[in-house]
Amino acid sequence: MERIPILRMGQFLLVTIQVDMHDQLALQLQDDLTAQIQKLGSHGVLIDISALEVVDSFIGRMIANISAMSRMLDAETVLVGMRPAVAITLVELGLSLPGVHTALDVERGMKRLQAGLDGVVDEVDGDH
Amino acid sequence: MAKSRVSTAEIINDDSKGILADWLTELSAAGQDTRIDQAEVRRQATELLKVMAKAVGEGLDVDGPAWQAVREHLESISRSRAIRGLSSQETATFVLSLKRPLFRRLQKLTAEDPDALSRETWVITEFIDKLALHTVNTFQKAREDVISRQQEEMLELSTPVVKLWDGVLALPMIGTLDSARTQVVMESLLQRIIETGSEIAIIDITGVPTVDTLVAQHLLKTVTAIRLMGADCIISGIRPQIAQTIVHLGVELQGVTTKATLADALALALKRSGLTVTKIKTA
Repeated sequence: MERIPILRMGQFLLVTIQVDMHDQLALQLQDDLTAQIQKLGSHGVLIDISALEVVDSFIGRMIANISAMSRMLDAETVLVGMRPAVAITLVELGLSLPGVHTALDVERGMKRLQAGLDGVVDEVDGDH
Repeated sequence: MAKSRVSTAEIINDDSKGILADWLTELSAAGQDTRIDQAEVRRQATELLKVMAKAVGEGLDVDGPAWQAVREHLESISRSRAIRGLSSQETATFVLSLKRPLFRRLQKLTAEDPDALSRETWVITEFIDKLALHTVNTFQKAREDVISRQQEEMLELSTPVVKLWDGVLALPMIGTLDSARTQVVMESLLQRIIETGSEIAIIDITGVPTVDTLVAQHLLKTVTAIRLMGADCIISGIRPQIAQTIVHLGVELQGVTTKATLADALALALKRSGLTVTKIKTA
C-alpha cells in the first residue's frame, strides 16, 4: 500500500509529500505520524508540501488536524513550501490553519523548529 | 442604372479640383479644429478624392473590392483622428461635408431632368453615407483599442511588487481594491515571495482611498495566504480615517501587524531580520 515516508532527523520528523494527496493517504499519514512521534519522542514535525499542487477542504483540514495532534504530543509542526495557488485555494475555502506554523522552505522550517526547541520561538512570533 | 453610375463618376472626375475647393470651404465652415492642422486636412481630402475618382469608375458598391483603397484611406484618417481625441461627430462631418459640393454639381448637370436629379441624389446620399458609417465604425474601434490598452496598462502598473531590502518585499497599493484587482495583486505578491524567498511582505495602503468591509476582507485574505506560505505580512499606511472606519465596521484585524507609515513597517522588518540602522560617526 502507498505510504508517505516519515524521516527522522535528530529530534525532528520530516515528511515530504511528493504525490497527490488523496483522502486515504492523508488518514494513513495521520496514523503513522502520531505513532512515530510517540515512538521516537520527537519534538518537532516538518511537513514539506512544495510538490503539492492541488488541495481540497479535506486535505486542508487534515493538515490542521495533524498539526493539532502533534502539538498534543509535544511536537511543534511547521508547514513549509506552500505554493501560491494552494495558499489562495485554502484561503478561499476559509481554511486559514490557525495555530499551524509556516515557513518558506525546509531550511527555514528547520531553523524555526530549532529555535522553538531552544525556547526563543516567542521572539520570532511576537511583534516588537 | 448604368447611366446613373456614369454621371456620378463624371461629376467627380470632371471637376475634382473644384469639388476639393468647395469641400475644404465646407470643412472650414463647419469649424476649425486646432488639434488637426489645415494642411493635413487638405492632404487627406486631396488623397481621398483621388482614390475615390479611381474607384467610382468601377461602380458605387462601397463594400466591393474596387473601393478597398478608399476604405483603407478612410480607416487611416479616422484612426489618426481617434488618437488625437477628436469626436466621432467631427470625424463623420469630414466625409459628410462632401455631399453639398457633389449635389451642387449634380443640380447643374440635371437641371432639365428632375427624375435624374432625384435618382442621382439618392445614389450619392447612399454611397457617401456608407463611407461615413464606415469611417465612424473604424473610429470607434480605434477608440476602443486605446481604452482597452490603457486598462491593461493600468492593471499592470497598479501591482508593482518592489524589493525594499534583502528578504523584504513591499507592495504599494494605489486605487480602489476590488475582487479582480485583489486577485491579481495577491497572485503577483505570492509569486514574488516564492521567487525571492522573502520572509517579510509589507502591504502599503496609503493610496487606497476607502476601506469598506469587502476591502478589509480582501486584505485579510491576502495576509492569511502570505502567512500560509510561511512569510510575514505587515500592513502599513493606515490613515486616521481608515483606522476609524475599520473599527466602526467591526472588522477584526487581530493577528495582523499594522503600522502607520511605510517607514515604521520597514523599521520593524529590519528589526525582525536582525538588522539595525545606525548613523555613521564622523571623526
